[in-house]
Amino acid sequence: MDVDLSEPLASIIGPRRMLARLLRDSRTRIAIVVLLIVALSAVFAPLLAPYDPTAQLDIVRLPSQPPSLAHPLGTDPYSRDVLSRLLYGSRVSLAVGLGAVLLAMSFGITVGAVAGFVGGAVDAVLMRFVDAALSIPRLLVLIIVASLWGSLGLVPLTLLMAGTGWFAVSRLVRAETLALREREFIVAARALGASPLRILVRHVLPNVAAPALVAATLGIANVILLEAGLSYLGIGVRPPTASWGAIIQDGAERVSDLWWLTLFPGLAILVTVFACNALGDALRDAFDPRQLPRGTEPTFASEA
Amino acid sequence: MRRFLAGRLAQAAIVVFLVTTVTFVLVHLAPGDPFAAALERPGVTEEVRQSLRESFGLDRPLGEQYVRWVSNAARGDLGWSISYRRPVRDVIADALPRTLLLVGLSLVLSFALGIVVAVLQTERPGGRRDRWLGRILLLLYSVPDFWLALVVLLIFAFWLPLFPPSGIVDPVAHDYMSFSGRLLDRLRHLVLPVTTLTLLATAAISRHQRSALMEVMPSDWMRTAIAKGVSHRRAVRRHALRNALLPSITLAGLYLPALAAGALFVEKVYSWPGMGLLAANAITTRDYQLVTAAVLVTSVAVALGALLAEVAAAAADPRIRVS
Repeated sequence: MDVDLSEPLASIIGPRRMLARLLRDSRTRIAIVVLLIVALSAVFAPLLAPYDPTAQLDIVRLPSQPPSLAHPLGTDPYSRDVLSRLLYGSRVSLAVGLGAVLLAMSFGITVGAVAGFVGGAVDAVLMRFVDAALSIPRLLVLIIVASLWGSLGLVPLTLLMAGTGWFAVSRLVRAETLALREREFIVAARALGASPLRILVRHVLPNVAAPALVAATLGIANVILLEAGLSYLGIGVRPPTASWGAIIQDGAERVSDLWWLTLFPGLAILVTVFACNALGDALRDAFDPRQLPRGTEPTFASEA
Repeated sequence: MRRFLAGRLAQAAIVVFLVTTVTFVLVHLAPGDPFAAALERPGVTEEVRQSLRESFGLDRPLGEQYVRWVSNAARGDLGWSISYRRPVRDVIADALPRTLLLVGLSLVLSFALGIVVAVLQTERPGGRRDRWLGRILLLLYSVPDFWLALVVLLIFAFWLPLFPPSGIVDPVAHDYMSFSGRLLDRLRHLVLPVTTLTLLATAAISRHQRSALMEVMPSDWMRTAIAKGVSHRRAVRRHALRNALLPSITLAGLYLPALAAGALFVEKVYSWPGMGLLAANAITTRDYQLVTAAVLVTSVAVALGALLAEVAAAAADPRIRVS
């Protein structure tokens, strides 16, 4: 039987009011609209794109054309249509972002929960490793691996992002697990004879869900930025696959002449990443019971 | 304090050693070598390449090469850069100060700016100014580093040609300038890269500074300050800020890796010949010893920065005990 005495905010006020609280936040609404647009353009790219994103339309007469009616966002030096590449590029960003973060989250949560729950030498070894990994700039690792092994396919790139992205989550989950381990409801569950696995799945994981969800949302934003950065350096997704960073790379040698190659994909990245970050912030505030309602003066009571 | 320092130094040394070793192995395992691509032209036969490899010891087993590299590095010899045809130490000695200048200036400026913005926000949390600054900061926080650099370059170097687009000095005129002219020339070349990096860092710093300030708002001494009639604004500036500055010192150390990464893109866009550009070039030319040395120097800098921040935080706050 379950005797759950934990008090995450969601269980006090209920998921429906939680959602209402979230939707009252203008950041949530903006984020949902933006992410919906990006997701739809990724799914329906074949229907929306006026041209094939990798087709070199007319290398003699059409390279590097500024925006026009036929090509609303212009063409690149290989005479490819930028609008079509932009639409298809959203697929790369979303696929790598979602895929890498899902993988990193499941792995990080597992490692963190095991380290926090088992403790002892296992914990020490895992956390020393995480400490060391966190002190290395992630971009440095990505650049070294990606550039040494040449342009990567979508799957290896996603795995690489996931492999370098789980450290912080595992630390977060471990800290939460350690804090929970001695709480009454866990002790009660243990006294009632619940197995460690059951305690982990039924009691610990629901309580780390909130911070993990926030970390995941912000993590997607970060991965999208990293993928764009690698593609800008010419070591991201293998050409001629359209990716937002790669479009910018195609115009990087002549920024002042080919400004449309820099401007439009960059705005797409900015808007998408902004939406993820805004959603992450809104989620964090919604999960935080101390969060003040908008527009009120702070109270100076020390109950927090 | 001394034991704490020794422990942290040992820890940092282990991390640096691991990072360098992993880099060394990765670089050597990767396809290609310094002589495969660079000498890809008619007239250079495979025998020539092979004899070059032998003369640099690249035909030896990886373990042997590694041991030799470590023992040389321990004596301060970082090896020979094949792509620059100079000792690695000289190449890095040229590049490192340029990056330190860029990163150091940006770190100082962004901390000053970030703290000011956070204080302006928390003087009336949830108010209109707080919300608008928050949105702008979130937007800046979401900008891809390289894209911001490109856009700033496009606007202020090409559309409004106020500043030079690349390099650290004017390649032709610099040598013929007076002393003050040269100084001005250097400053003009610094403006765009430093501005870009500062904007990027400010977004992250003020987000943290704001939450650190909000954290101390509900404390007893803040209530006392308000109760004895200090205005809210003054309470934030005089009382909350002092207590909320501490997390920022620690953050400065933790933020170094991100700043080093941002500096790489900024250096690339503005052709600023620092460590980032150096490392990127070294990787493409498979300049093994230069790559490993660049990673070594970067990880030492990052580890020292984090350690310095921790010591500074301990010095600033007697409540933090180091043991």
